Formats: sequence, structure tokens, C-alpha cells
Amino acid sequence: MNALLIALINHIPAAPEIVLLVGACAIMIADLYVKHEGRRVTYVSAQVLLALCAAITLWLHFRMVQPDGSGGYHIEKYYLFNGLFVADPLANLLKLVCYLAVSVALVYSRSYLLDRGLLRAEFLTLLLFSLLGMMVLISANSFLTVYLGLELMSLCLYAMVALNRDSAVATEAAMKYFVLGALSSGLLLYGMSMIYGATGTLTLNEVAQHVARQAGSAADRSFLVFGLVFVVSGLAFKIGVVPFHMWIPDVYHGAPTPVTLVISSGPKVAAFAMAVRMLVNGLPALAPDWQQMLVVLAILSIALGNIAAIAQSNLKRMLAYSAIAHMGFMLLGLLSGNVGGNWLNKEYAFSASLFYMIVYTVMTVGAFGMLLFLSRAGFECENLDDLRGLNRRHPWYALLMMLIMFSLAGIPPTAGFYAKLAVFQAAVAAGHVWLAVAAVLLSLVGAFYYLRVVKLMYFDEPVGDLAVRVQPAARIVLSANGLFLLVVGIIPQSLMAMCAIAVARL
Amino acid sequence: MILSAAIWIPIVAGVLVLAAGDRNPWTRWIALAGAVLGFLVTIPLWTGFDPSTSAMQFTELRPWIQRFNINYHLGVDGISLLFVLLNSFITILVVIAGWTVIETRVAQYYAAFLIMSGLLNGVFSALDAVLFYVFFEGTLIPMFIIIGIWGGPNRVYAAVKFFLYTLFGSLLMLIALLYLYNQAGGSFAILDWHKLPLPLGVQIALFFGFLFAFAVKVPMWPVHTWLPDAHTEAPTGGSVVLAAILLKLGAYGFVRFTLPIMPDACKHLAWLMVALSLIAIVYIGLVTLVQTDMKKLIAYSSISHMGFVTLGFFLFNIYGLEGGLVQMISHGFVSAAMFLCVGVLYDRMHSRAISDYGGVVNTMPRFASFMMLFAMANSGLPATSGFVGEFMVILGAMQQNFWLAFAAATTLVLGAAYTLWMYKRVIFGPVANDHVAKLPDLNYREFIVLGLLALAILWMGVYPRPFTEVMHSSVSELLRHVSVPKQ
Repeated sequence: MNALLIALINHIPAAPEIVLLVGACAIMIADLYVKHEGRRVTYVSAQVLLALCAAITLWLHFRMVQPDGSGGYHIEKYYLFNGLFVADPLANLLKLVCYLAVSVALVYSRSYLLDRGLLRAEFLTLLLFSLLGMMVLISANSFLTVYLGLELMSLCLYAMVALNRDSAVATEAAMKYFVLGALSSGLLLYGMSMIYGATGTLTLNEVAQHVARQAGSAADRSFLVFGLVFVVSGLAFKIGVVPFHMWIPDVYHGAPTPVTLVISSGPKVAAFAMAVRMLVNGLPALAPDWQQMLVVLAILSIALGNIAAIAQSNLKRMLAYSAIAHMGFMLLGLLSGNVGGNWLNKEYAFSASLFYMIVYTVMTVGAFGMLLFLSRAGFECENLDDLRGLNRRHPWYALLMMLIMFSLAGIPPTAGFYAKLAVFQAAVAAGHVWLAVAAVLLSLVGAFYYLRVVKLMYFDEPVGDLAVRVQPAARIVLSANGLFLLVVGIIPQSLMAMCAIAVARL
Repeated sequence: MILSAAIWIPIVAGVLVLAAGDRNPWTRWIALAGAVLGFLVTIPLWTGFDPSTSAMQFTELRPWIQRFNINYHLGVDGISLLFVLLNSFITILVVIAGWTVIETRVAQYYAAFLIMSGLLNGVFSALDAVLFYVFFEGTLIPMFIIIGIWGGPNRVYAAVKFFLYTLFGSLLMLIALLYLYNQAGGSFAILDWHKLPLPLGVQIALFFGFLFAFAVKVPMWPVHTWLPDAHTEAPTGGSVVLAAILLKLGAYGFVRFTLPIMPDACKHLAWLMVALSLIAIVYIGLVTLVQTDMKKLIAYSSISHMGFVTLGFFLFNIYGLEGGLVQMISHGFVSAAMFLCVGVLYDRMHSRAISDYGGVVNTMPRFASFMMLFAMANSGLPATSGFVGEFMVILGAMQQNFWLAFAAATTLVLGAAYTLWMYKRVIFGPVANDHVAKLPDLNYREFIVLGLLALAILWMGVYPRPFTEVMHSSVSELLRHVSVPKQ
């Protein structure tokens, strides 16, 4: 009895995952008995489950982060399951973002899915299991758990893209997503096996120690770097940065909009966590090597994402290219942590990336949420022209969408500006002034297509009618979503401080 | 607290107007109340200002983003004080000027102007670089909307061009700000940066980083091309704010950032700035002559007048710098008045083409006399505000080089030529057509707006001392600071 209790207590830091797993299974079974096509019961219980997980994570967070009385914080970090799993403030924060993204995705997509008869049990359960995958990935401390989480998340997403079986575009997108996803997993596994071969361990902090010892010798180092190349390529696939970005526009475009919303938010957060865990926790001694690679990935992504987005007339594709560009900006922070062998800039750099990631998630959720709002039975709002004259019909939604667009473009006073400010600051502090200048000039290119959306909404005359038919809950959430960007744009301090705490003990 | 009030009262009023909605009969009155209140709270700035010191006054300092040591730090000195007042004053006129003219989306129109007014006060009183940048960039959004919704036929093109041009400049400045932040050991305080020693090479690089941001806003030749488009397409109120206040942001930036932070680079590159300013004065002056659209003509004349401002700044003497600042204030009044005059005609005739008018004096005598005064001020006639600034800058130029002063002085000829020629074609002569014959004269609302501006212009022209007195010690301190090499 006592031993069991101790075992239980020892596993409390993994409680959110455990609760989610049990809850998701329960919902899956319960859904078999739900007759009503609105699935109110399972929908509500999924939301309650998410809220419960969030409460546990918050409680854990406040246990792990205690003020030390002198203005700083005392931060705990737990390793579980023989070092396979790590619970730290970074994981808590990212998990909270994922819950929020999934919960909001459910709220936004409910009437859209109902209209199209897509609100099936699969959607809910796949979504919850992919969330579980994200959480495992976020807390991974071993190549094994990284892979486990990644596949759990990805397999659910592949299936979700094909949710609408009758749509040829969606099926094609699912195929592409699956094949390229499998390829990238292969690359990642290959890289992992190389590093495993060199170090003899899968646990990330042990890998870090081995690599630090071996990085001095040229022969070992080149072997490690060889593995690193594959790991970074695999990561780049998952984050979706150039030149591993090809799947993004097609999948974003082909998938049903609620699924696009999901793909563009939580999984990106998880992929960010994966990059931090593997590169920063696992391979810090190879930082000069992976930083170089990230420089190339970042600048190519920002350039291609922003330039290609201009040519898109489909909003979902435009947002897909914009996602590529934004991930490039996020990398700017990730690659600025180590300057000439010391990690002094680490906290600023990684917290900047983290802040960028969180703000980006809020923006992308809002943008796709708006598309869901403006779609209705038999009509998909996905072309730029569908937004024409929105200000005439629904000034409030136009205002929210304008906030989201200006935030994506990085114009103050919106949260997107501080996200860019933080990563540029990290890059400049790390001495990458020219990289920052190039990124800044390319973000001007980006401003053009976001501006075009605002132009369509505000300056053009409406065509047809833009009816909005959603539940009041969704309206409130979308308003909160848009206003969040403005509020963080006026008082960004608390979110920035949270990010700083989260990366303080990486 | 006064400065915070000057910033936030208009913004809050703007939000209230937006909440009140288009159909609410009180919308216009809330906007007017917000604008008037916003102006009234700035009056203590004028009465309580101590002109004997160059230090920042009415300062407020609160931590804002501790993470990056960014503070909500406000304050005005003799240089920025007048712009806060000018902006709050012009906002009232803009609100009154749009009273009956704007019929679509009234609430959004007034909200955009009020919010912009608050943001502009923020730009002029921010002492923290990020705070400055946020306000500086924030003004783009309302202006973009104003041009794009209520502008003329080609408004969308003009709005996008305006936005992208100015954003391009500001983004480079952002990197320069971040570089300075790291050089200063993690401080965004502008006043700390003034003391920061920097090698000449770095200063020159930073100079260009800032130059684009400010040159686009001024606008200096050759990055001025967005201005005529934006002005022509903007509604009257938009043109007024654009000319009277937004253009001042660039020149203000030169005084607040470029001159004190990079004095050596400024001296090193003064030839470039002087050359660009002279091109603006002479070449753009010639371009102005051939304009057939009244708004475009005034827009080009603005570029030419702003050339005087930048010329004055890079002469590095008290006449030049003070003259430039006086010219900025004066241009704020005069260009606002000129655009409002065109607005008065446009509201009646829906045309800006000079050729559509003629003999307006026969039907609108009161209007014609007001416009006469403003046209004289625009061409720099003594006893109007236009004369003071131009004269001081020419005096400053003369101290440095005769030919420089000679080239600058051509503006007195060119300015008179293009303004008075336009005046003649529009106002005098026989009544051009039936539309002109039916024009009603100024109504009381227009009379108040133009009358207030006429008073300001005459006051500044006849007795400019209160204006120069306020800025004198700040300007002397700035010149003393600039004369000491920093490298």
C-alpha cells in the first residue's frame, strides 16, 4: 500500500497526461452511446477534461515555481520514468498553450462541423489523443519519448485531415501529409540512431554529457554532426521551415478548416518544444553547428514564406506561407542562445522564441477561427475575396480580424510587435545584426499581404452576404482571442516574465 | 499626469465614439468633447512650462516592460512642447471640419482621428525608445484606415503606398534602436543614449538606420513620392493631420535621435542632408508650379517647406535649428489652413482641379479673404508665420555660406509663384462656370475653423517671441551637445 502510494506520488508530475489519457478513453467509449448528433455530452466533457488538465498543470506549475523572497524564483524540475519524461515550467507553459488551443479549436469549429455532418466521435477522440501526443512530446526527455509523442500526435492529425472522406482535396492532403510526415520521421530516427551510436544513450541529458566530452575530438564530432544534420532536417519538417516546407500549403489548404486550425497551433508548439529539448537540452555542445543550420533555415523561411504568400488568393494558403515565415522568425530566437561558446544570451533568446510561439499560436487560432465563423453550410470562406466589405457587415469582427492581421504583421500596439521585438533583440544581442536587418526587410514584404486583408475588409464593397451564424460562446471566445493580442500589446510584461521563468532552467 | 492625460483622453474618447456607433446623435459631440478636453489638459503644459531650463519637464516614469527595462517614460522639453499643443489644437479643428462632411461610418472616422491624436501626443512626449516606436508605428493604423475608407477614388493605392513606405523606414529604425539598446547596456532611455560614446563608423551606420525612418516621414527627396498620393486621396481631415502633424514626426525624430545621438555622423554627412534639402526646396518647388490639382500642389509645397526644416537642422547654428522648429509649427498651421480651404471648395464642388474654378471671389468673398491670408503665409510673406521660420533658416544658411543661402532663398520666389498663381486662377478672374456661380460662402463652422487658424498664423507672424522663447534653452543645449565630439 505504502509503496503504491509513493509510486503514485512520484508520478504526480505526469498527472495531466494520465488524466487526459483516462479521460480521452472514457469519452471515446461514452461517445458510442451518444445518439444526439450535436454530441453535447461528449463535447462538454471534453471541455471539462481540458479544464481539469489545465487546473492540474497550473497547480503543478505553482508547485514548481516558488518565489524565493528576493524577487527571483526557485524553480524545480522533475525527471520521471527513469529519465524518459521531464516536468518543468517550460513544459507546463507549453501544455497550457496546447490545452487552450485545442479547447478554443473545439469551440470555434462546433457549428462548422455540425453544418457539414463532420462532428463525429473521431474528431473529438483524435483531437484529444493528438493533444496527448503533443504533451508527451513537450515533456520528452529521451529520443524514445520524443518519437513516441511525435507519432501519436502525427498519426491522429493525418487521420483528421482526411476526416471529410468525400473530399478529394482533403484526401490528397492527408496522403501528402502522411507520406512526407513518415519521411521526416525516418530522417529524424536516422539522426537519432547516429547520435545513439555515438553516445550509447537515448536520454537527452545523458546525451548532452557524452556529447560535451566527445565534441572535442574531430572524428567523433563529425560523426555527431552527421547525425545532427538528420535530426535538424526532421525537426525542420515538423516545424515546417524551408526547404522542408512543401507539405504546409497543401495540407493547410486541403484539410477541413477546423483541422487546419488544429494543425497550425498545437503541433507547432509541440514541435518547438521538440526543438528545444533535442537541440538545447540534448546537444548543447553542438550549438555552433546547429545554429548555423538554423540560420539558413530561418532566413530561407522568412524569405520564401513572405514572398510566396503574396501570390496566394486563397486565405488558407496565404496563412500557410505566413506560418512558414513566422516559424523562421521564431528560429531567430532559438539560434541566438549561444554566442561564441557561452550561453549568456540564452535566457533572452529562448524566452523570445517561446513568447513568439505563444503569440503566434493565439494569432493563428484567431485567424482560422475567423474563417470558420464566416463559413456556413454550403459555403467555405477561404478566398481573400470572401472577406470583402466585412467592415460594412460586421464591424466588430472586422476590427478583430484587423487586430490579428496587424499582429501577424508585427505592427504595434499588438502582441505580434513585441514577439518580433524580442526575437530581433535576441538576434542583435547575439551579434546577428545583418540577419536581423534581412529579417526586418522581409517582414516588410509580409506586411503587404496582411495589409491586403485589411484593405479587403475595410476599403472594398461587400459582395453577396456575409452572414455570421455562431453560438454566443464562440463569439465571446473569438472576441477574447482578438482582444488578447491588443491587451498583450499594451501590457506584455506578465507574459514575457512567464516565458522568462519557463526557460530559466533549461 | 498632464502628458498621460493628453495621450489617453483622446484615445478613450475615440473608443467611446466607436462604442456609441454611427446612428447615435451624440457621436459627434463626444468626439468634440474629447478633442476639446484633450486640448484643455495641454494648456497647463504651456502655462507651467519653465523656459529657462533645457531639462525634461512634466516627466512621468513608470516601469512598463521590466523584462527589457522598458519604461513608460514621458516628458517634454522646449522642442516637443509646442508639438503637443499644436497637435491637440489641430485635432479640434479636424473634428469640427468633418462635422457634416463625413456621412459614412462617422463613428469610425472620429475614433480614428482621436486615437491618432493621442498616439501623436505620445510620440512627442515619449522618452523611452520603445514607447516612442510604439506610438510612432501605431499612428500608421488609423491613418491607413482614414485614407483607405474616406479617401478619393484612388484611395486604396495611396493608403497601401503610405503604409508600406513608412513601415519600411521604421523597421530599419527598429534594428538601430535594438543596437543602441545593447550598446547602452540594456537601456532604452533616449536621454541615456544622448551620452553614449560611439565610434564614427557605428554612428554613420546608425545614422542611415534612422535616416530612412525619418526621411520617409518628413518626407525628403527622393523618398517623398508617397506624400502627393496620400494627400490627394485622403479626406480633408486626413490631409490636415498628415501635413500638420505626421510630417513633423520625421523632423522631430532628427532632433530627438539623430542629432544628439550621432552628432559626429551628422556633421560628417551634413553635406548630404543639405544637398537633399536643397533639392527638395528648389526642385520640388519647380514641380509644385506645374500641378493642376490643388491638393497635390499643397502637398508638393509641403515637401518643399519641410526641406527648409531639414536644411535648418543640419546647419548646426541657433538660427537654423530654431528656424527649422518655428517653420515646423508654422507649417502646421499654414498647411492645415490651406488643406481646409481646399476642403471647403471640394465639399461644394467635388473637384480639386484648378481648371474647374475661377472667380470664386465673386461668390465667396469671406472665403477668398481667408485664403488670401493663408496663401500669403504659404509664400512666406512678412507678418505671417511662414516668414519667421524661413527667414531664420536663410539667416542661418548665410552664416555658413552665401550660395547656400542664395539657393534656399529661391523658395521665396518659387513659393510666391506657385501659391499666388494658384490663388489667382482659383479665386480671381471671371466666374468660370455655373457651379462656381452658385457657391455659398463660408458657414459659421468653417468660419470658426479658418478664423482660429488665421489668428494663430498672424500671432506667430507678428509676435513669434513666445514660441522661440520656449524652445531657446533646449535648442542651445542641443547645439552645445552636438558640438562636442562623441567618438
